[in-house]
Amino acid sequence: MTRRSDRQTNDMTKNRRAEVPEKPRRASLFAALLLLGLCLLLSGCHGSKDRTEFSVPEAFDESKEYEITFWAKNDTNIRQTTIYEQAIRDFEALYPNIHVNLRLYTDYGKIYNDVITNIATETTPNVCITYPDHIATYMTGSNVVVPLDELMDDENYGLGGSETKVDAPAKEEIIPEFLNECMLGGHYYAVPYMRSTEACYVNKTFVEKLGYELPDVLTWDFVWEVSEAAMQKDADDNFVLNGQKVLIPFIYKSTDNMMIQMLKQKDADYSTGTGEIGLFNDTTKELLYTIGEHAGTRAFSTFKISGYPANFLNAGQCIFAVDSTAGATWMGTDAPLCDISEDKIVEFETAVRTVPQFDPAGQKMISQGPSICLFNKEDPQEVLASWLFTQYLLSNKVQIAYSETEGYIPVTSKAHADAEYQDYLSRGGEDNDKYYSVKIDAAQMLLSHTGDTFVTPVFNGSTSLRDAAGYLIECVAKSMRRKENVDDAYMQKLYSDTKALYHLENRMSASGKTDLGPLPSGAKALIATLVVVWILILAYVISEQVRKRAKRQ
Amino acid sequence: MKKKLAIALVFACTMMSVSVYAESAQPVEAAAEAVEAAEDTAAPAEEAAAPAAKSEGVMTYEEYMAAEMDTEVVIEAYVQAKQSWWEDEQGPKATIYAQDEDGAYFLYNAVVTQEDYEKLEVGTKFKATGYKSEWSGEIEITEAVIEIEEGSFTAEAFDATALLGTDDLIAHQNEKVSFKGMTVEPAQEGSDAAYLYSYDGSGSEGDDLYFNVSVNGAVYTFTVESYLCDSSSDVYKAVKELKVGDVIDLEGFLYWYEGANPHITSVKAAQ
Repeated sequence: MTRRSDRQTNDMTKNRRAEVPEKPRRASLFAALLLLGLCLLLSGCHGSKDRTEFSVPEAFDESKEYEITFWAKNDTNIRQTTIYEQAIRDFEALYPNIHVNLRLYTDYGKIYNDVITNIATETTPNVCITYPDHIATYMTGSNVVVPLDELMDDENYGLGGSETKVDAPAKEEIIPEFLNECMLGGHYYAVPYMRSTEACYVNKTFVEKLGYELPDVLTWDFVWEVSEAAMQKDADDNFVLNGQKVLIPFIYKSTDNMMIQMLKQKDADYSTGTGEIGLFNDTTKELLYTIGEHAGTRAFSTFKISGYPANFLNAGQCIFAVDSTAGATWMGTDAPLCDISEDKIVEFETAVRTVPQFDPAGQKMISQGPSICLFNKEDPQEVLASWLFTQYLLSNKVQIAYSETEGYIPVTSKAHADAEYQDYLSRGGEDNDKYYSVKIDAAQMLLSHTGDTFVTPVFNGSTSLRDAAGYLIECVAKSMRRKENVDDAYMQKLYSDTKALYHLENRMSASGKTDLGPLPSGAKALIATLVVVWILILAYVISEQVRKRAKRQ
Repeated sequence: MKKKLAIALVFACTMMSVSVYAESAQPVEAAAEAVEAAEDTAAPAEEAAAPAAKSEGVMTYEEYMAAEMDTEVVIEAYVQAKQSWWEDEQGPKATIYAQDEDGAYFLYNAVVTQEDYEKLEVGTKFKATGYKSEWSGEIEITEAVIEIEEGSFTAEAFDATALLGTDDLIAHQNEKVSFKGMTVEPAQEGSDAAYLYSYDGSGSEGDDLYFNVSVNGAVYTFTVESYLCDSSSDVYKAVKELKVGDVIDLEGFLYWYEGANPHITSVKAAQ
């Protein structure tokens, strides 16, 4: 039996009960940010230059050895680890003078914390798997993250450049929607690595047993209706549908994504590109009342409250399980990965659908998945070496192999068109391993809806806003389960508390500035120490001047 | 002059960074120390005012177990191990294993300040008011507010070896338990390795360790939870030294995740 008991996550659906990985403690993160700020401030005062802006060298020096570090994230999936290792070996065979050190992570939050800490000590990795939201914070220091525009377009070493030994895609071959997600402030600061979205994994057998026909496009009304219809119990307090004591018809993994997608589908406010917050509106409130109603009847629950949707789905205790397509290998009776014991798995037909929609004719779903950024270094040759490795990660060999480990899709049209990939897609269901049907269905679903995907604006604070969106749902769901009174007064307080918790009040206006709240006592002590040190230095300087003048006289 | 200035600045920054780092590192060390302290003091139950006795308005263990999910519960118990403390926008969060004489409790994301978390030692009595919850089979108290009280009790590990694989094991969920005379099995089929980083080997140093042990012909998977016992802990190091075929005694806490998922805190050669 496999275990994912540490409440971890597969994708950007982060910050749930798995957050313990973020335990690396805000105290240290905050301190690192503060230290970073102070170091920048001090160096500025003394006229020191910031890290030099990167510019592409004329030629890559293959006579010199370069050691670069690559911080990679996997979905707690050994195949992905193996692919990274193989990619490094293959790349090093092309460029024997570049040595890549791999550091593995299974959680985006942990990478984020470690990067922040290492920016302060100037020990960032060279290449890093990341989310654009995180890059917005990394860019607090100047020239920390390498803008990729010049690199991408360089005729020698750019994408498809004449001097690279890597069979990388041309810039035009990166799916435009995915590439645009990596643009911050008019510049590319990352390239996409893999893309996924959320899917609704449906126990079709149960839907039909309840007398419904599964539509091609799920609507929210349909999902709520079927979920409530499934709640009927027999005289022994077992659910009629599955004969068990446990049934949660609808479970959502990432409530952040749930709220974000519902608002997008309703064309309601969430945030603007400049960071103005629109989340706390009347549409959100209506959605919360509806979600709360079904949480109250126990027809709906969340990962944070109850557990992984896949475990309930596979045990015949769930009908609609929404999770990332990057979690497809865990879904269904024959799923190659499973956390529950074999005796608990039930037989059913799994159907893959897009997330529920308000308007089936105008579907909207979130785009997510890892991107790659480069950190700037003193030696531009080292940065160029990192860029060459990054290009290798975009080659068909890596793109296709990695995408096949889960319901990801490659980010280049070049890989999509590759005969090997097309062959893979055409063989869904041939086995329950590489060709596992649910995984390939999930990938196909995203391929056919690439144009329907969207991302939320990235700004310094967008991560908090995302967390707040999920927090609203979790709070209402928990309150309804606890039979608390959820009314307008409750909602008003919830809005107010959430804005305060996530420091979003000042972003309600167009200020674009974030109120980070009062400084922790440690930070205050740190600043006080700094002030004292500066006073001592000034006193020393003055006394030296006085002493010298006295000498001269 | 410039040199002196530079030295002063470097000194100031170094001192600040050292003090900041030392402060931030404390919780992890404290967690590891708490577990090691638990191992060192795993002596018979210390006597204090009857550990099963409850203050007014506090549930007995039986009442707690009978309470419905998602209802408020008020319990009194004694810390047996501290797993982690961290903080986010929503506030501080502590995860704790606790027991009284009648049974065990798992407190997930209890609202405990860092100052109070440091006061909690193995044996410390506290009152917790939170919500009874279930996550993937783990019965726990969430969002508990904790008040430290007078009293001390350290539980003896319950020998659960004979209950492995039986339906009776769940009655000891979250308890401090021991498993004796267990034989180390390969962590994966066809492998000589005795442990894996993460459940499938996809992790690295610092991640949870997974290892298989057998008794009476059945194989069970145990875990060293890296937040409960990090890579600097004795148990983490001990598991990395295991060889297939070793016969060992284990202690830990009977965490539950879709079935028994013991979080091991001590590994020793079988006595």
